Amino acid sequence: MHSLKWRRTNAAKHWQLYAMIALPVLFFVIFSYVPMYGVLLAFKDYRVADGIWNSPWVGLKYFEQFFQSPSSWRIIGNTVAISAYSIAAGFPIPILLAIALNEARSAWFKKTVQMVTYAPYFISTVILVGMALQFLDPRIGIVNQLLGLIGLEPRNFMGEPGSFKTIYVLIGIWAGSGYAAIIYLAALAGVSKDLQEAAIIDGANKIRRIWHVDLPHIRPTIVILLILNVGNVMSVGFEMIYLMQNALNLSASEVVSTYVYKMGLINSNFSFSTAVSLFNSVINLALLAAANFIARRTGNGGLW
Amino acid sequence: MHHPHIRQSASDRAVHGIILLFLTGCLVVVAYPLLYVLSSSLSSPRAISAGKVWLLPVEWTLDGYAAVFKNSQIVTGFTNSILYMAGGTALNLVMTVLAAYPLTRRQFAPRNKVMLFFVITMFFSGGLIPYYLLVKELGMIDTRWAMIVPTALSAWNVILMRTYIANSIPEDLHEAASMDGCGDFKYLTKIVLPLSKPILAVIGLYVAVGIWNSYFNALIFLKSADLQPLQLVLRNILILNMIDPTMIKDFDALMRRQGLTDVIKYAVIIVSSAPVLVLYPFVQKYFVRGVMIGAIKG
Repeated sequence: MHSLKWRRTNAAKHWQLYAMIALPVLFFVIFSYVPMYGVLLAFKDYRVADGIWNSPWVGLKYFEQFFQSPSSWRIIGNTVAISAYSIAAGFPIPILLAIALNEARSAWFKKTVQMVTYAPYFISTVILVGMALQFLDPRIGIVNQLLGLIGLEPRNFMGEPGSFKTIYVLIGIWAGSGYAAIIYLAALAGVSKDLQEAAIIDGANKIRRIWHVDLPHIRPTIVILLILNVGNVMSVGFEMIYLMQNALNLSASEVVSTYVYKMGLINSNFSFSTAVSLFNSVINLALLAAANFIARRTGNGGLW
Repeated sequence: MHHPHIRQSASDRAVHGIILLFLTGCLVVVAYPLLYVLSSSLSSPRAISAGKVWLLPVEWTLDGYAAVFKNSQIVTGFTNSILYMAGGTALNLVMTVLAAYPLTRRQFAPRNKVMLFFVITMFFSGGLIPYYLLVKELGMIDTRWAMIVPTALSAWNVILMRTYIANSIPEDLHEAASMDGCGDFKYLTKIVLPLSKPILAVIGLYVAVGIWNSYFNALIFLKSADLQPLQLVLRNILILNMIDPTMIKDFDALMRRQGLTDVIKYAVIIVSSAPVLVLYPFVQKYFVRGVMIGAIKG
């Protein structure tokens, strides 16, 4: 520890550094730390006139209200199911794509595939959902036209609760796999040539080299990304799900983030909405910690 | 006879064939919807209604684009989005540099504590309602400020910037400069910034695309139609099906009107994605570099 006097001289000598960082620190105080303090709303009966501090405490009233409402478990269930489905179906694809790209011999072909598969990452959520609605349209959508070619009746996919999760997961895979593959490609670029050559001399075929050399090399990256994914299970993207919701599919598409938005900003039920969102963040942090613990216990390293 | 070498290369050839097939499949699956939207936007409303478009435009026409550019909502949204993107990106870059540079200086005694203070914001937040109430208290609801100020800085970009400065600008440079009586402000603007162009490009591009594509803050903070960014206008057209009837007043037949609605949707998808997708091939290497820097750090 430095003495107070040392710190004062340090600050005086390097005042320019302090002047620079003042604005960013102020920004985070206002836009991150003040809202963190606002979480107290979850335990209070918010009255606009009294402000957050002077509103009366109500303890866990709003948490109880949420768990006693008939829709709470359906909403939590949808949230977990959509996330689990996304991870199970979507997580392996960028790994496969990266390994395949790494094995491609023609640089031109590799570059083309990489560039095209990466492009949808830059398409906005509104456009992605808009495209999905056009493609799945019962009247003119290409999907129903294809089904028509093999003699099937057109279906209103967006109106079927049973189809919602699959559509959501497929859009995510289409839009995000190329981007996610880049991280694995970067890791694969670090596989040592010596190791590869040694494997070839030992008579290992391509499959064995991928399995015994490439995959172990990118395993730490896979584990870290998997932990981060599990840590985000409860925060499935509001932006896409909210746009995909309609009256017909709501039973399958209402998730915690959309519910928080509707209860809070549409119905102005501030305290209730904050309580639900706080519960959600706590579960998220717990899942992140649990995933990290399991990764460390199984000898795969972790985030911390 | 046993021929391990020949048999092995045959199996490798098969694996290689499967890999090529898989990559071609990925290419087609990603490219086809994009091509289909482009072709549909250039096809006649009648061809769309009759489901004649499969790959290339049928009965070429620019009717959809003409309707898009005549629509005042879309033009207003486009202008607003450019404004928010330019202002937001500039502010983000200034803030990121101001936050990152002191954290790279050994002479800045509290740098570890400040770093922790920043990193905490990546994992904890107050959630939607406290955030909304704050912006409301600041009097920013339904103003252009709400689109620029609350997202002026992210801790993630500070980490990217700090890592870049620390790893690619030699410490000797600073010692030499301070020997000559160069203060930190001068050193930052004359030496660090010119040497940090690649990382500034990466962060600027990510921030710009992020602002261009987001709609959530506009949804919760803005009410006035004349402040709305393009993505909210797109939501009205593509998702909520609220196409201004004056756009299609010239056409009477219901069938044609419906067809034109769809052509307009395809055209608006192309128009709104064009600024990003046209630039994309040229800036792709910067984006890839950004992911790499992030991956090393993360």
